[in-house]
Amino acid sequence: MRRLEKIADWFNQRLQIGQEVRAIAGHPVPSKSASWWYVFGSASLTIFIVQVFTGIMLALIYVPSAGDAWNSLQYLNHGVTLGWFLRAVHGWGSNFMVAVVLIHMCQVFLFGAYKFPRELTWIVGVFLLLMTLGMAFTGQVLRFDQDAYWGLGIGASIMGRVPLIGGWLVHLMLGGPILAGDTLSRFFALHVFVIPGLLIGFVGLHLLLVLKLGINDWPMPGRIVRRSTYLKEYHELTRKDGMPFVPQAIWKDMFFSAMIIVSIMVCAALFGPFGPTGVPDPTIVQTVPKPDLPFLWLYAVLSLLPPEMETPVLLIGPVLAIAFLIWLPFISGEGEKSWLRRPVAVVTLALIAVSLVTLTRLAMHSPWSPVMYAWSGDPVPVGMLQGRTPLERQGALVFQGKQCRNCHSIGGSGGKRGPALDTVGTTLTYDQLVRQVIQGGGNMPAFGKNLTPAETTALVSFLQTLRPPGRLPAKNASRAVVMEQEGSSPKPNTR
Amino acid sequence: MSDPASNAGVSEKREVSRRDFLAKIGILLNVLAALILATPVIGYLMSPILRGERGRYKRWVALGRVTDFPEGQTRFAEFHNPISSPWDGATDKTPCWVRRVQGEQFQVFAVNCAHLGCPVRWFPQSGLFMCPCHGGVYYRDGSRASGPPPRGLFQYEYKVENGELSIHAGQLPTLSTTASLRRRRGGCEG
Repeated sequence: MRRLEKIADWFNQRLQIGQEVRAIAGHPVPSKSASWWYVFGSASLTIFIVQVFTGIMLALIYVPSAGDAWNSLQYLNHGVTLGWFLRAVHGWGSNFMVAVVLIHMCQVFLFGAYKFPRELTWIVGVFLLLMTLGMAFTGQVLRFDQDAYWGLGIGASIMGRVPLIGGWLVHLMLGGPILAGDTLSRFFALHVFVIPGLLIGFVGLHLLLVLKLGINDWPMPGRIVRRSTYLKEYHELTRKDGMPFVPQAIWKDMFFSAMIIVSIMVCAALFGPFGPTGVPDPTIVQTVPKPDLPFLWLYAVLSLLPPEMETPVLLIGPVLAIAFLIWLPFISGEGEKSWLRRPVAVVTLALIAVSLVTLTRLAMHSPWSPVMYAWSGDPVPVGMLQGRTPLERQGALVFQGKQCRNCHSIGGSGGKRGPALDTVGTTLTYDQLVRQVIQGGGNMPAFGKNLTPAETTALVSFLQTLRPPGRLPAKNASRAVVMEQEGSSPKPNTR
Repeated sequence: MSDPASNAGVSEKREVSRRDFLAKIGILLNVLAALILATPVIGYLMSPILRGERGRYKRWVALGRVTDFPEGQTRFAEFHNPISSPWDGATDKTPCWVRRVQGEQFQVFAVNCAHLGCPVRWFPQSGLFMCPCHGGVYYRDGSRASGPPPRGLFQYEYKVENGELSIHAGQLPTLSTTASLRRRRGGCEG
């Protein structure tokens, strides 16, 4: 022990930072802020360190070349001892980091920590969130498989929607005319040098601000933040009711960080690494690309927006969102901190959270995508063929053969792009069915050019039989009235 | 000569302002050097744009004999991108859909959906191209049938020479970098 102290002294005589370090470690925090709610920031930092460490480990093997990246990932998974585990930890670490950073942000927002004097801390935090998401996206690209390839294609297509300079942006992003070797190399540089470098700098700044300004005090309803008095009140609080960060507050951070690391490792061990999925060969078009978890909500938005709103939302939406986040501390830099007195803030956050979760859930099922193999994979349920006429059965064949099933489900299987057709016979009349099939409309392609009259007749006859037992087919009531009138009219019936 | 003390004061003052001046020159020199250094760096970064100016990314690429493509049908074809590097691996292979309307009349579609670039698949039975991502659907002539795409499929310019079909290709088609293509805005004609 004495020897250790001697060594420490030797270093301190030269470095002369012992006092500063002790002052930083022992800086007073309000006792109520030494809470389990305040552990997410330090946990984000811990995960970032894990990511840097495992990232360097992966870089020992990974080959950032479009021709070899996929093979080097396979080698990592299967050829290198525990390579799969390090990939898994890095991949799960990424998901955990996005999640914990978001939770941290929500907590900070709800606790009003972005208000005076911590505006800059919040703004730096907004950039940290953007960089975290940037790391998640570029990391998905480095896992150079089919999802990565087509995900990049989507990124390029979004760039292509920028007016005037869209073409330049596409080529700048791809590093050339197509998505190929130069594209992966530049995303490697972004993921490994540029964004982590910025992240380290911004994390340092974020931490410095936390130390200089002190941790946010626990929000009490009625304790109003005023620029003129806040600093005095805060110092009064820490003087009266403060405790040194080390060791009295830090143990919760350490417990939580350790738990997060263990959770990441458990997920990695149980669920394994992410992919890589199929080889990134563009000529394999039999693929259903999907983004990684943090971007699934965006995938849903892109599918559900009306086409004419898409470009404005894609290009202006992110700018507005980021501008709002940066602006937030300036429009509400003072006032109530407590969530109990900020109903608008709470409702807004709840709305955003519910929307993101809903969109993510939806994107997991992606009901807007045609099910490409439904027409050849799922037979028409037997019950829907029993007791049908030959014409109607022929219609069932047309139904399968013309891939109606890719978008319409019957018997619970098939696409969800269009409505399920199990009871369509009760909602659309014969004439309406013919019109819908031939002319399309309401987001359905017109099949007029692809069906012979005989095929249409058979198909519609089959569709008319799709009704719950005992229900009559839909009929046009007004038509019956017209026919009745025609029948009762003095004019000779021409039919 | 007057008071030596005040004299010394003046000379000291002069010295400081001279150093200030030199420091300012020093800053200026570094700004200048940085600007000079930045110029080639920016040029280097802009290379993907500059190399592709005035359609230099596009070349005529042979797709195969006309007879490889039966009349009235749509077939899958692939080619190596005219601009590529040895470390591209499989990514310089580019797929496309070739529809031989009749005789020497063709339509060659990029696989990339006009919506966000996912690969569309041809379904001959229903005569539709379907996109697996966000549900875009196109008719056999490439025009938009339903879903989110803002226009029809991107088409390559083609020519038939000595019984061989070639297309003018070379860059990833998006709404502002067309596959090569007749620059038709917005329309659904493809």
